[in-house]
Amino acid sequence: MAVLNINNTSHVVDAPSDTKLLWVIREHLRLTGTKFGCGVGLCGACTVHLNGEAVRSCQIELGDAEGVSITTIEGLDPKGQHPVQQAWLELQVPQCGYCQSGQMMNAAAFLEGNSNPSDGEILDAMQGNICRCITYARIKTGVRRAAQIIQGA
Amino acid sequence: MTKHVKNLDGITRREMLVGSGVVGVGLAVGYSALPGLTGGAREALAAGSFNHQLFLTMDSAGIATVHITKHEIGQHVGTALAQAVAEELEIDWNDVRIDYPDSDEKWGLMITGGSWSVNWTFDRNSRIGASARIALSEAGASLLGVPVSQVSVSNSVVSAADGASLTYAEIISKAIIDRSFTEEELKAIQLKKFGEYSVVGQSIDALDIPTKINGTAKYGIDVFVPNMVYGRMVTNPTRFGAVPISADDSEAKAIDGYAGVAVIKEDPTGVNTGYVIAFGETYWAAEKAAAAMNVNWDSGPNANTSSADIVATGRKLISDDSAGFTWVLEGDPEGGMSSAKTTVEAEYQTSLGYHGLMEPINAVAMESGGVWHIYTGSQFQTRFVGMTAAALGVDAKNVIHHQTYSGTGFGRRLEPDGPVIAALASQQIGRPVKLIYTREQDLGFDFHQSHTVQKVKGGVNAGGQLDTISHDVCSGWATKRMAPGFMAESVDKKGKIDQFSTNGSDHWYNIPNHYVRSIENTTAMAATPPGQLRAVAPTWTWWAVESFIDEVAHKLGQDPLDLRLSLLDASGKNVGGPPNTVGGAHRLRNALIVAAGKAGYGVKPMPENTAQGIAAVASQERGSPAWTAVVAEVHVDPSSGEPTLNKLTIAMDIGTAVNPGGVEAQIQGSALFGTSRVLYEDVTMKNGAIEQQNFDTWTPMRINQAPEIDVSIIQNGHYPAGCGEPVTTCVGPAIGNAVFNASGARVRSWPITAEKIKAAQRGA
Repeated sequence: MAVLNINNTSHVVDAPSDTKLLWVIREHLRLTGTKFGCGVGLCGACTVHLNGEAVRSCQIELGDAEGVSITTIEGLDPKGQHPVQQAWLELQVPQCGYCQSGQMMNAAAFLEGNSNPSDGEILDAMQGNICRCITYARIKTGVRRAAQIIQGA
Repeated sequence: MTKHVKNLDGITRREMLVGSGVVGVGLAVGYSALPGLTGGAREALAAGSFNHQLFLTMDSAGIATVHITKHEIGQHVGTALAQAVAEELEIDWNDVRIDYPDSDEKWGLMITGGSWSVNWTFDRNSRIGASARIALSEAGASLLGVPVSQVSVSNSVVSAADGASLTYAEIISKAIIDRSFTEEELKAIQLKKFGEYSVVGQSIDALDIPTKINGTAKYGIDVFVPNMVYGRMVTNPTRFGAVPISADDSEAKAIDGYAGVAVIKEDPTGVNTGYVIAFGETYWAAEKAAAAMNVNWDSGPNANTSSADIVATGRKLISDDSAGFTWVLEGDPEGGMSSAKTTVEAEYQTSLGYHGLMEPINAVAMESGGVWHIYTGSQFQTRFVGMTAAALGVDAKNVIHHQTYSGTGFGRRLEPDGPVIAALASQQIGRPVKLIYTREQDLGFDFHQSHTVQKVKGGVNAGGQLDTISHDVCSGWATKRMAPGFMAESVDKKGKIDQFSTNGSDHWYNIPNHYVRSIENTTAMAATPPGQLRAVAPTWTWWAVESFIDEVAHKLGQDPLDLRLSLLDASGKNVGGPPNTVGGAHRLRNALIVAAGKAGYGVKPMPENTAQGIAAVASQERGSPAWTAVVAEVHVDPSSGEPTLNKLTIAMDIGTAVNPGGVEAQIQGSALFGTSRVLYEDVTMKNGAIEQQNFDTWTPMRINQAPEIDVSIIQNGHYPAGCGEPVTTCVGPAIGNAVFNASGARVRSWPITAEKIKAAQRGA
């Protein structure tokens, strides 16, 4: 048995300790906003926060996720109104939406450390997240807009 | 050539009925199933015959739900289709909802593709909204005690001249509505025109987006059913044709949660020839069990096939005059070629294409009370149901497909492999199965876009005019494999042709002697079962046509833009006509002029080794084109040959943009989708298997590689054309032409790489 702290709630999980966190979150706990894309940490669809840092949950073993604070898209903001989510709605960023939880989680962690990024910093921070609808133009402006919202603009 | 496509929607005009069952229940709008119905809408409703193609229902709170039988794959299709209904219904947009019904025969053909969704339904949905408005205003007038000619309707309210009014909710709650419209009456309804719209033409927020930003949108992979077991394929050794001989699960048995194995040695649907599925009580157990399974395979007849074999077959067939069938024959191509003063000839290729959906193929299959339930996203519910039934050996009426969102489609979700394999696995284990492909399996067992080989030859007459083109198109024929009923008669009546592997070659240039031959690549068909990938044949046909026109222009010493403009004279068959091609080739000419102007074509100073290239397409079909032009600005590093795409300037005439914000998103996305394919993606076959594995070896565009994009949407009030695919087909040749202008290297195959540029510069 493992105990996980996800979105400020304790979850008891009965799974082998080498189970990847992604599958625990999605299939055991059914927090399905976190997506499976590649299984090898190359696409970013499964991005969650571990103690505020963006990580690929398909690369984290259950045993290594105990005792840390895990945040998924469902817990990014209690009302779904995180500045990144506000910007994503305002600019109508998602198309199919499948990669967007990972995109938003990655952007939110990035902006936590740099709330006034340059375009180059945005591209650098976001290049690990693949979007196949290729909404990159709106993702870029979305991160920029979220930074403005954070700064109260 | 493609006009019969318009009938594939299965919609024939019958009586349109608007009625409420009993007071307070609600309003339903749809076509009757029975032609020449004598009773009213209420009787039809009672008889159940009203339920056919029921596209709009309203409840007593005045909420209208538009039923969307198209698949939401990121194009926000439901929003655009509902906008057409709402425009004529005169309803408060806040009262509009959409849903996505389960498969049912009553919907007719359920397919999403071809940029058809808006184009096929705009007029129909407008009339559905208008007929409901008329019925509601008549009922409202009656309740208000005034003639219907004296009421006005706006924002869900019917108002009389004296100020008295009733909301739609009040009317539906109080009145019995029983109204039918004959086909003639329906046709006679005066719809609003361009310029009068208040909902159409607005960039209304997409109705599906709120759930996509908080994690609650449900995709196929998010479905759970009671008692389900996870299925994980053991990867076949070849893309197609392998059969498992035996599977040894002695090692798998040691895995906690291992739930057994299914060895499937045949599949009556032909999706593939065999599967081994490891089962687990959890995904992780199934994953480990698959890895621990020792399978003895017969690799099948394609075990020695490579990409080079597909190319060799293509070249061999093209050189065989008896191969293939005629798709276009106009003027005197043979005479034109033999009397030509100058000829130009080139071979073009496109590589195997991987859809690369972010959500790997998956499905849940569950039998309950003799009925099979399939849960996954589908672009082709009609086919999913039929193929799943065929796999299981059950009647199609006992299979229901439940629609979900999809982590995009691009044509991949026209293919029923997920449901078929999940259902076969479920039948064997006797439990519901949730099947999820790994990324490696999704890549290796895609229904790839065929590798294509084309030869184009042009003849320039003594007057310096390009008057003859002969074009051979050789590819796998996806339509023949997946939906042969959609194939077309060839022009020479010698056989059926895959029009969806050939169209685009029937372009809008005035070239009087024009011959196109379509040839099925048999090696591609056998080893790489071809599928439909976003933009389909125009992806490769326009690559050839638009690269070739450029090559001819350079050969003749003409500006490539000037040559195109001179050939787009809208004469003869290129004059166009209603509803989709009013203005004909002149609309493509105008799109070129807009794109060239916005890009500063021939005017903007360019740094060294940097140049613009231009291309124009009328895509997706000759009969329903969006007129599209692209100027690409490319830098080629002189020492490494590395191409960098700086900017795309895009102009697209789609007549009417139902949702301009959505159109812009589709144009941006489809432009980068095509760019990613041309510059960054490659799929190759070796020993019958796809060589690439995951995003380390198949490397689509990332955000730091995206160019600047300038989009101009041209609206002139003509009938709306589809916008999700055309740019995909136009960026490739624009980039290739720019590479040539920047470096002198003509690259005629994909992907366009530094190595190929350097090789072309060396004259290799």
